[in-house]
Amino acid sequence: MAEIVLPTKALAVNPLKASQPIGASLAFLGLAQAMPLEHGARGCTSFNKLFFMRHFRDPIALQTTAMDQMTTVLGADSRVVEALATICDKNQPAVIGLISTGLSEIQGADIPRTVAAFRASCPHHDGVAVIPVSAADTLGCLETGFAAAVEAMIIALIPSAPSAVRRPGQVNVLASAMLTPGDIEAIKSWIGAFGLTPIVLPDLADSLDGHLIEAGFSTLTYGGTPRSAVAAMTESVATLVIGPSLDYAADLLQARTGITDHRFPGLLGLDDCDAFTQALAGISDCPVPSALERKRAQLQDAMVDCQFQLGGARVAVAADADLLATFTRFLVAMGAEVVAAVASAQAGHLAHLPTDSVVIGDLEDLEWLAREHAAELLITNSHGAEIARRLGTALLRAGFPVYDAYGAHARTWVGYGGSRQLLFDLANLLAGHYQEIRPYRSRYRQETPHDGKIRRPNPC
Amino acid sequence: MKPEDILALMTESACAHNAKTKSGCARPQPGATQGGCCFDGARNALLPIADAAHVVHGPIGCAGSSWDNRGTRSSGPDTYRIGMTTDLSEMDVIMGRGERRLLRAIGQAVDSYRPAAVFVYNTCVPALQGDDIEAVAKDAAVRYGVPVVPVDCAGFYGNKNLGNRLAGDIVYRHVIGSREPEPVSAAAMPPGITGHDVNLIGEWNVGGEFWNVAPLFDELGLRILCTFSGDSRFREVQTMHRAEANMVVCSKAMLHVARKLNEDYGTPFFEGSFYGIKDTSQAFRDFAHRLNDADLSRRTEAMIAREEAQVETALAPLRRRLAGKRVLIFTGGYKSWSVVSAAQDLGMVVVATGTEKSTEEDKARITALMGPDALMISDNDQTALIEAFHNLKADILVAGDRYIYPTLKSRLPFLDIDHVRCIGYAGYDGMIELARNLDRAVHSPVWEQVRRRLDWLRAAA
Repeated sequence: MAEIVLPTKALAVNPLKASQPIGASLAFLGLAQAMPLEHGARGCTSFNKLFFMRHFRDPIALQTTAMDQMTTVLGADSRVVEALATICDKNQPAVIGLISTGLSEIQGADIPRTVAAFRASCPHHDGVAVIPVSAADTLGCLETGFAAAVEAMIIALIPSAPSAVRRPGQVNVLASAMLTPGDIEAIKSWIGAFGLTPIVLPDLADSLDGHLIEAGFSTLTYGGTPRSAVAAMTESVATLVIGPSLDYAADLLQARTGITDHRFPGLLGLDDCDAFTQALAGISDCPVPSALERKRAQLQDAMVDCQFQLGGARVAVAADADLLATFTRFLVAMGAEVVAAVASAQAGHLAHLPTDSVVIGDLEDLEWLAREHAAELLITNSHGAEIARRLGTALLRAGFPVYDAYGAHARTWVGYGGSRQLLFDLANLLAGHYQEIRPYRSRYRQETPHDGKIRRPNPC
Repeated sequence: MKPEDILALMTESACAHNAKTKSGCARPQPGATQGGCCFDGARNALLPIADAAHVVHGPIGCAGSSWDNRGTRSSGPDTYRIGMTTDLSEMDVIMGRGERRLLRAIGQAVDSYRPAAVFVYNTCVPALQGDDIEAVAKDAAVRYGVPVVPVDCAGFYGNKNLGNRLAGDIVYRHVIGSREPEPVSAAAMPPGITGHDVNLIGEWNVGGEFWNVAPLFDELGLRILCTFSGDSRFREVQTMHRAEANMVVCSKAMLHVARKLNEDYGTPFFEGSFYGIKDTSQAFRDFAHRLNDADLSRRTEAMIAREEAQVETALAPLRRRLAGKRVLIFTGGYKSWSVVSAAQDLGMVVVATGTEKSTEEDKARITALMGPDALMISDNDQTALIEAFHNLKADILVAGDRYIYPTLKSRLPFLDIDHVRCIGYAGYDGMIELARNLDRAVHSPVWEQVRRRLDWLRAAA
């Protein structure tokens, strides 16, 4: 059990947290032919777009209602209607995610009324789903905004009466913000190995995996879960929920569809992977494929190889709650010590982590804790690079944003294979930063001066 | 190298092995032999001489897969870490160009890296061919103005242990005694203390572990003329004959050097170890005793009391976690009992120890430490060792690196105490590190996870 340490500082230094609207936008980027629309000042969207562009190295579909002084004071509803109409006219999306921000929330925007106004004024756009999400940035973090958007999708796109039809072999997957496109790709083939067909909500692997398309460039999402597939989720035989942040979304889906769900805190490390594999074997009533068993044995081999390097290693982790929890459990299961666990926002499950305390805070908290406990390795986003340099520790980049390294979106953390690669990476980082015994020179020793110069070898 | 020279080294008179009627080291059994060759042993023994160039004369098989593989560390020059070999080709062998190539190779090493000396290691192919590396070394030393030491250590001469001895013998004949040490500068010696010059023989500074101990020598006014050969310099090796006392550290192979120094210069020597608290303290006491200096003895006792108290405090929590854990030690030779003592210091139960390379004296010490029923394992077969682990209900195996993977893959905890590690375990501080690593290895949560049997696994069915 971990003690949750809530922030008492007035100043957040080197923030870890990204806002709820950015998380909600990310979720919509996993729907096909979608456009997230942030209802706020233009700056929110501009920052958010850049944030994702640098992380995914892709153009990002994201629009704004661009609230200005006049509309902020006098009411911005007309701006929302106008924005929705413009996007529909220009881009012909299937889905628009209408995401409130701190500004519009505090202003008191009445989103349902505004959507009704848009419907009344533009009946020709009735085919476009508009999904409102309340995502004030005064609350939560990227992960909770993402979860709020998934909840909104379920409410908007899935009928609330359970279906009599069941599609054999079709399973739903609710995928939390901690999963990269690479992760989701791996999860899909994991499920596929049991002869099951997954519908992932939202499917970032189909949109933000980074792939060139014939058209070159798209103003909407490059792929993602189609609306029709989301509607068909009601006919699946089971639901797999990955990430505790989606607990409420899972409750909603369960209530609407009556489909049994299986919830997983993450898919990192032997225990997590075994639980998932076992669930798939149960749902499919198929034996575990031998290829998967081989992957499992490979992970065990890596665990044995890396246990000495990771045993007792002092690691400091900062991330949103789902990812922080997943890493913490994984590290502790490998014998490492999580000397600092910093979450960007509070989440109920954090109290159950196998560490003394979890600090709800920023990267300054991470830096102080890491220094105090002589951490050898940091795991956090790219903002950790400077901190790691100051502390002289190794850094593993994870979470959002990763802007100073390539392939963050393609990284596969989950599964037997992903866990194995992570073990190797952690062991290499720790070995590369191992502090050997400092050289000692006896005071009695008289050494010949060694000029230390190495001349170019003669080419003979 | 002539067979009679090899035999002479095999029957080292200071070695207790040779007191028995069946003397000398055991012959290797084809198809069931582990461990390195004579070249391996000779180079390992001398490689830590940090400011020397170490040239392997042979085809790529000898140096190619083995250079820069030692955990030994230098506080100064790092010439020793540069891999050098003549990389003999087929044409060199057929045309008999090995010697010429070696001469040029030494020239290139001197020209590019300005080493304090060059050690040339002979290997199987040129030895078989009959390259005269002694003659080449003599020629090269004159030509390039740098001492060149020929180390005739072809792999087929014998095992790694023989290589160690042979290296010691060659250094004794070619290097030791070729220079006088400088006097200690007055400023360096603490006031009111009579200093003494000593040598450590067979200390390799693995992972820099000797630096845990070196400051204590300084404090006591003991100048180390040379640690043969960890973190040493060629010029220091030259002065080893002037020490007032020698300690042979964890090494039967280097006894020869100590015995020769005793015969030719009257230097007293003793065998000791820096693994474990008791042994470390004992080593300092032995120095004081051999040096016959009452003041030094008094200061040594004070230092020991202080250090032991400090380390006790740090070890207390680790002791609680390790108490009663069953450890199987398989290191052979001297370490077979020095590590036993260290593990017992920590309150662990040593269930058995390997005696593959141990002498009769080593075995007597084991019996003294572990009692008359001490289980000694002389078979170095890895499968048998794993079996013993299970039969003895051990919690951890402590052994050299060649046992790492058979053990780990059998899902058993392991601690590596070989010479390629980069973690230092010597001295008082090293004991804390050792305890910490034993604790981590024994208590790693990984073991439970990898041993778990799941009913859906086919392999388990």
